[in-house]
Amino acid sequence: MDITSDTHSQHISRQFNQELEELKTHLMAMGGLVEKQVQDAVFALLEGDSHLAEKVRDNDRQVNDLQLQIDDECTRVLARRQPAASDLRLVLAVIRATSDLERIGDEASKIARNAMLLSESNGNVRGLIEVRHISEHVRKMLRDALTAFARFDTELAMQVVREDELVDDEYGSAMRSLMTFMMEDSRSISSVLSIMWVLRALERVGDHADNLAEYVVYLVKGLDIRHSDPDTIDPQVLKKS
Amino acid sequence: MLASLSSENVAPAPVMRFSAEQCCLSIAQFYLAYAGKTALHDLTLDLPRHHVTAFIGPSGCGKSTLLRAINRLHDLNESVTHSGHIQLEGQDIHAPDMNVTELRRRVGMVFQTPNPFPMSIYENVAFGLRLQQRLPKRKRDDIIEWALTSAALWDEVKDQLHRSAWQLSGGQQQRLVIARTLAIKPDVLLLDEPASALDPISTLKIEELIRNLKSQLTLVLVTHNMQQAARVSDYTAFLQQGELVEYGPTDQVFTNPRLQRTENYITGRIT
Repeated sequence: MDITSDTHSQHISRQFNQELEELKTHLMAMGGLVEKQVQDAVFALLEGDSHLAEKVRDNDRQVNDLQLQIDDECTRVLARRQPAASDLRLVLAVIRATSDLERIGDEASKIARNAMLLSESNGNVRGLIEVRHISEHVRKMLRDALTAFARFDTELAMQVVREDELVDDEYGSAMRSLMTFMMEDSRSISSVLSIMWVLRALERVGDHADNLAEYVVYLVKGLDIRHSDPDTIDPQVLKKS
Repeated sequence: MLASLSSENVAPAPVMRFSAEQCCLSIAQFYLAYAGKTALHDLTLDLPRHHVTAFIGPSGCGKSTLLRAINRLHDLNESVTHSGHIQLEGQDIHAPDMNVTELRRRVGMVFQTPNPFPMSIYENVAFGLRLQQRLPKRKRDDIIEWALTSAALWDEVKDQLHRSAWQLSGGQQQRLVIARTLAIKPDVLLLDEPASALDPISTLKIEELIRNLKSQLTLVLVTHNMQQAARVSDYTAFLQQGELVEYGPTDQVFTNPRLQRTENYITGRIT
């Protein structure tokens, strides 16, 4: 049975409605913060802005605090309400999603650290085009995954799942060009390695966005599509009702 | 898991069937009315042997009526009319050659309020046995010990078998009633809100007992407590206004019910 974004506000207990609404609101707030962290980290890298990079590193604590807070709220709902069906799936999806969002926060922090290192190095940094390209792609995935969560939109979620394969391909080809740079000019090895770490972090952000999208399908349809090939999933099952 | 990714699983109004070998009770197109007022409407469902099936639903939905119908407890109520079939191990319980006393031996029933007889613990359990057959005392004692052990009560009462059953606590009385039923070796045990009048610890003991009895017989549980249905049953049937709305494996009904009406009921939503 499908659910919609207002399914969780129809309980006889208004207090329960409010608790579930708060879970969603807080998750979205955490999502917004993490999105901003990734955006700032990439901007700091591309523009050589070490102050911004430092700010991203500081803000990671806020992301961690939000994870603890939301997990705590989920524990309280489980203990006090013993949710079932779509309520239970919402709580589980939120617990899983906070863990992925926190990891995205960590990846943003890694990007910021490399941005700080690169801003200190003199000379031309190679590979920024690849960073710009892949970062735009994964940021869109993350934005779409969060939108799909907010709207309970399984079709948008499946788009994100499919996008992740493209990001993996782009990451592979960027890695190959970076290796060529290193072979051509051994003085660039240290800065290219930093860029490789950044690309690796962005690729991981894509993977976490993919996970978020999978939780949306679980939440709305009750189907656990983790570890399934997206091509084997019947599109009819995922259609919005 | 992969099977559940196909679109067939979201089809509405699923009817779960079991093969003749798996099926203990089979209810088909069963209608029941009290003085012309329909209480059960076109119910068809199979209850598998050696499993616990829970009936859930709002008050007045017909779950207790259905449970009583399986035991033919409506027989003496002249205002009750019914049609359709209920088969126990392939035998129609309303067939003219069905012996009602024998049916009730094979299908035991436990009610919401424990109802031990005003006699000793021993005599309570021996009561049904004595009616059924004359047994040498030693044999009878063995059966009583076995029944009380199966009902997880033996250790608590073995030294006071001749005390009045009414001196036991509510939870112990309920287990005594279950032991009394088990002593005559039923095939099916019907439990109508067996723990609703008990404290949480006694409730857990009854639930544990239900779980353990599964290997010996088929259990049908009516409960208002949805967590209890989720904890102890293998299959759950949701009834509303005398109709079977949804029937499926408990895990599925409580994590991803197929129908909106079920979802609304088990999650406490306004319908």
